[in-house]
Formats: sequence, structure tokens, C-alpha cells
Amino acid sequence: MVTEHIKQRTPVLSLQAVWDALAQVHDPELPDLSIVDLGMVSEIKVNDNRVQVKIIPTYTACPATALIQLNVAEQLRGLGFAEVEVLRDSQTPWSSNRISESGRKKLQALGLAPPPQFDSPWTEQTLGQATCPFCGSNDTHLHSLFGTTLCRSTHFCTGCGQLFERFKPL
Amino acid sequence: MNPTVELITKMADDALIIGHRHSEWTGLGPILEEDIAMASMAQDKIGHALALYTLLQEHFAGPDPDTMAFSRKPADFRCCHLVEHPNGDYDFTLMRHFLFDHAEWLRYQMLRQSSFAPMAHFANRISGELKYHILHANTLLQRLARGSEESHARLQAALNDAFPLAMGIFEPGPYEQELAGTGVFAGEEILKNRWFLEVEHRLLSWGFQVPALSDAPAGWGGRKGYHTEFLQPLLDEMAAVIRSQPEASW
Ligand SMILES: [Zn+2]
Repeated sequence: MVTEHIKQRTPVLSLQAVWDALAQVHDPELPDLSIVDLGMVSEIKVNDNRVQVKIIPTYTACPATALIQLNVAEQLRGLGFAEVEVLRDSQTPWSSNRISESGRKKLQALGLAPPPQFDSPWTEQTLGQATCPFCGSNDTHLHSLFGTTLCRSTHFCTGCGQLFERFKPL
Repeated sequence: MNPTVELITKMADDALIIGHRHSEWTGLGPILEEDIAMASMAQDKIGHALALYTLLQEHFAGPDPDTMAFSRKPADFRCCHLVEHPNGDYDFTLMRHFLFDHAEWLRYQMLRQSSFAPMAHFANRISGELKYHILHANTLLQRLARGSEESHARLQAALNDAFPLAMGIFEPGPYEQELAGTGVFAGEEILKNRWFLEVEHRLLSWGFQVPALSDAPAGWGGRKGYHTEFLQPLLDEMAAVIRSQPEASW
């Protein structure tokens, strides 16, 4: 883990301050989740009054990525860093497996079923198995591969007779 | 032209144009789920085109992506004829989506090993997104193939129309040897054969008659800048907003 490595050789306080600031940057399509919850931060480098952060975009066509980069820069400048650099990490593919436990709980609370953890690559079977966020039933089936945003699929719950959305495995 | 630039340009142009065609179903899809699916895939494809034009800009001093998308003449585009054709009925749209997306998926699978590292990274990161497109095409075609006599017959007719055009995806470019020799991309011929294996067994299992693979240049020309009469009107429509306010900042 890159972040662990950094923790050992930079002052804990400033690094923690950066993490805390990043936890204030939200995905406009999922306002309850921060980019830290979504696992979009791949690297933080703090060096005196300079900070460099690498952000992994989720879906390539996600319209929020540019806005998120701007908001990250603004948060970090707010901490008082003289030099702020926000880079797009194009080498690390984002995966829904990167969403944190707290992120999964927040999705669940939004009525959006969290993505299943999977050993890559995910399969059609992975897609079919979903737990209803409303009643907890596993008696559900995939209704549509696409939903109201790129990251959601639609499912039907036989338990409570409702359609629900799930954050797709990616 | 640099061989890698030629490769990326045709991939980006294919994605841009088929993305635009998909987007034409927005609000008109046969059922709500399909409307949303086509709109979502359109968004993905256009996002992929943007990412590819950005690769050209960052690594080969290419023009900015908006210029690539909105300000080139048809002869500068390298998309294949398959993606230019109007949507027609949903049967043609679906069959084209199936034939094109399997080829696109396999192309990116090959490119995961590309010696041009930014392309290998990009291929790696969009694999999961493209898998949803393939699954969508497979699932719907399978259902409709087993639906009724009419749905089967309409898809067979769409296959007969789209298949010769799909050969244009694999029209060899001017730099096949250089691209293979430098390990950037193994080549259209290899891709075509892999693609045929992949689509043929699926189509057969759904009870379709599969046309033979051919080198007949029916769908050829796009990779050399010769296009169908459908491209110009599509480009005009795409650029209508930017042309009305060329100075506007977005
Ligand atoms: Zn339920």
C-alpha cells in the first residue's frame, strides 16, 4: 500500500489533515459518499508546504471527474498548502472493490445496494446475485444492466415486490 | 501519419460516431430500459472517444478533443461505414451493437498487451465498462431470437444487412506491419478471425444463418477517409451547437 508507506515517513498530522480534507469532497451523483469512501484516492505525497494527490477516475465517461479534481484542489488549498497538485491516475483501473466498508454502509442507507466484492473478473453470475436494500431478501433478479447513472443496475425483489438499484460491480 | 496515431484515430472515430447513433434513441427507445441502456452506452462510447482523443493530444501533440470531434472534414475521419449508417429499426441497431461491440471488446483485449503503455493502461481500465455493453447485446439478442417468428426473421434480416458492413471494421490500415512489428497492435486480420469465432457460435446457437467471412470490400473505405453519404449530416448535427456559438466556453 502506497499510503502506508508514506505514513511512515511524513508527519502524521499533515497527512491526516489531507485525508480529512479529501473526505469532504463528494461525488455529485452520490452526495453522501466522499471520494475516500469510493476509493478514488490512490496516492498522497506531502512535502512541507507542497501536496500532490492522485485521483482514480471511476467510469471513463463519468461527468463528475473534472469537478472532483477542482474540488480536491480547493480543499487542499484551504488547508494552507502553497503548492497543490491534483493528478489523474490513469494507470490504476478503478474497481468497485475499492469502495470502503463505510462507503458500503452509506450506499445501503441510500437504498442503493452495495456492489458485491468479487475476485476479478466478475461474471454474469455476480450480476444476478443482489440483496434487496429495502427488505434484505436475496430472492431477487437482475432487471436491467443499466440504471439512472452509469454506475447503477436495476433489480427486482420478489420478497417485497419492488424494483431497486445496485451500485454495479466494476 | 504515425502508425499509433492512425490506430487511435480510427478507434476514437468509431466510438464517437456509434456513440452519437446510440444517443439518437434517447427518448425514443422501444421500452424505458432500452432507452436508458442505449443512452448509457452512448455516454460510455463518447467518453471513450474523448479519452482516446486526449491520448492523441497528450502523447502526439494532437489537436484538442473538441477540434477532433467537431471541426474535421469527413475525409479526415477514419470510422468504418458500419457505425455511420442510420439506426433504422431497433433490430438493425441491436445487431450492429452486437457485431461492433464484440470487435471493440476483442480489440481492447489485444491492446492490454500493447507496447504503447498509455494504450495498454486505457484498455485495462475500460474492460469492465465494455463488458456491460457485450452482456447487454448478448442478452437482448438471445431473448429476441427466441421471441417470435417475427423477431427472429427481423434480426436475421438485420444480420444480413449489417454483416458485410462489419467487414469494414477490419479494413487493413496503411501501417499493419509497423503496428505489429513494434508490438503496438497485432493487426486487423487476427482481430477479424478472433471476432468471427466469437460471434459465429453465438449467432448459430440462437438459430441464425451466419454469412461467410469475406474480404469483399463492401464495407471498406472508412479507414482511408471515404465515407457513406450518412456521415456528413451526422457531423453537421453533432457540431450544430458549437458552430452556433464558436466563441462560447463550456
Ligand atoms: Zn425487497
